[in-house]
Amino acid sequence: MSATTTDAQLSFRRPSGIRTVKNALATVYVTIATVLAVIPLLWVLYTVITKGLRLILSSTWWLQSQRGITPRREGGGAYHAIVGTVEMALICAAIAVPLGIMGAILLIEYGKGTKVARGVSFMVDILSGVPSIVAALFIYALFITVLGLGRSAIAVSLALVLLMLPVVLRSTEEMLKLVPQELREASYALGVPKWKTILRVVIPTAFGGIMTGVMLGLARVMGETAPLLILVSYAVGINFSPTSDTMGALPTMINTGRDQAPQLPGYERVWAAALTLIIIVMLLNLLARAIARATKLKEK
Amino acid sequence: MSVTDTDATQRVESESDAAENPGLSPVVDHSPVSLHSPVPKVVPHRAARPSVDHAERPSRGIRLAKISKTGDRVFRGLATTSGLAIVLLVLFVGIFLLALALPSLRADQDNFLTSRNWTVAGNELRFGIAGLLWTTVLSSILAMAIAVPIAVGVALCLTQYLHKRASGPVSFAVDLLAAVPSIIFGLWGLSVLGPFLAPAAQWLISKIGWIPLFSKSVDPKGSVFVASAVLAIMILPIVTAISRDVFAQTPRDHIEAALALGATRWEVIRTAVLPYGRSGVISASMLGLGRALGETIAVMIILTTPPAGSPFTPSIFAGGETFASKIANNAAEFDSPSKTGAYIAAGLVLFLVTFAVNAMARIIAERGGAKS
Repeated sequence: MSATTTDAQLSFRRPSGIRTVKNALATVYVTIATVLAVIPLLWVLYTVITKGLRLILSSTWWLQSQRGITPRREGGGAYHAIVGTVEMALICAAIAVPLGIMGAILLIEYGKGTKVARGVSFMVDILSGVPSIVAALFIYALFITVLGLGRSAIAVSLALVLLMLPVVLRSTEEMLKLVPQELREASYALGVPKWKTILRVVIPTAFGGIMTGVMLGLARVMGETAPLLILVSYAVGINFSPTSDTMGALPTMINTGRDQAPQLPGYERVWAAALTLIIIVMLLNLLARAIARATKLKEK
Repeated sequence: MSVTDTDATQRVESESDAAENPGLSPVVDHSPVSLHSPVPKVVPHRAARPSVDHAERPSRGIRLAKISKTGDRVFRGLATTSGLAIVLLVLFVGIFLLALALPSLRADQDNFLTSRNWTVAGNELRFGIAGLLWTTVLSSILAMAIAVPIAVGVALCLTQYLHKRASGPVSFAVDLLAAVPSIIFGLWGLSVLGPFLAPAAQWLISKIGWIPLFSKSVDPKGSVFVASAVLAIMILPIVTAISRDVFAQTPRDHIEAALALGATRWEVIRTAVLPYGRSGVISASMLGLGRALGETIAVMIILTTPPAGSPFTPSIFAGGETFASKIANNAAEFDSPSKTGAYIAAGLVLFLVTFAVNAMARIIAERGGAKS
């Protein structure tokens, strides 16, 4: 009896007709969208693994170069390309990481709210939207046309700096924002100067987050192809010198070999190089995540 | 602190006086509030305080060492230099590109904006960006049109439908998609996705081929259509991530208010979540568009370059070249300054277009208030 009266007064009815249908349709839609979004990753990984796994399981893949190996021949490895990719990324990081961290310190610790900080922040926004090909063209214009230097691996690293810098700077900035103000004040109260506070208190507290940004930045620049195409020639042999005009790299190894007929052994090496590149980049990403999880600073 | 304290005690004292002796005349009440109140004790104490402080400090031994400013000055200088270096770097990008593009632009015999020619070898320069601009914008907008509805669906699913434990892995998978290098997307798009989409392209051509945009073209393999599909996959992570963050910030009150009114889950999304996240989603789409415009290698691998001088086809099933793919395709031929200048001019336009799109994205995000 009482139940029916409440029912009549408040009308606790299930949503009727068209509303239920709309709700169900929305559920179906978001489900399909989610499935569609997950498929490409699995599909790409499946393709690359099935086509490239056989070669990378042999030790020669990791220890030999492609010197003297034609597309029709089996054998050889990607050592030269791995060396090149890692070396160029490390040179890039050596420039981009200090610059990015100091830039973030300027934005958060020294110049918060000042005109300088706003200008820098605006420029970083622009930089984060610069396409890799434009970065490469700029270095080409500066290094090769204006300064008259030749193509080199260093030029590639400099172009990559433009791409890595915003990643490192923004992630460092976010982390510095999360460092509790009390820590800084405690340090000042002990008479520690600001720069020492930043070096000994703020940076160590934010270190995990900064490393995450560095790893993600490295992963990004290692997969870049456009600067390699414009600023260095692909070499099939092992070369450690960053100033020479030829150097192997995984993306250019893929790009050079991709036009071959699919039945040739050289085509399989293209996919193996792709798999190698994916493994390196994914490892960096997973490492970044692991660091981020282990050293998480709580949001306010 | 001490001032307000004494004031308060004074007031309390006088009030209690008045309360205790209601018969007292106003004259007595006015005069020395003081004689039997603690105020006289307080006043000399306050007066004496500074001298006491001076006397006490050294004896207690608290000494503030002088902090050297040199280290700070150096460090601050380093930080400012880095900041200025970044500013100069970006300015240089614009200045150098412009400086090297200008001579070629001056020597250009055709209209730079409307011509579809690209003859840069030899002495006579005839080049224009109309064809490049069309393919670039068409492929990027198509990619955005494919990616945004899916990304919004995923972001809604992650924030409004899935339990936290289930949404973690899905988020992770979408984020990892962003880590796949673009050359691998290109390789995969050409050899796997292209053939897979071919029947769909054929079907579209047979059904709505009378619309110029979908007309049959000579070479449907390596078409803008396939390139857009791959671009859509590539910008999906960034659009999803930003939309997800914005939706997750929808005020709990709005959602609960809608639920209290008897809204279904979809109605909650439509009345509370989507209006709140709209500017964020638009801004995310623009950022995705910026990425798609500048994407180089995947597009270069997939798109078939039409032979020079072939007639213009507006169809999405035709090949073509974007700014980025044109530059990358011809990177080996940068030999004379005038030739290089023509490509740098194309790069400059790309820089300006992506800059405009990104700036618009930021303005929308800031106006909208909802921060990603």
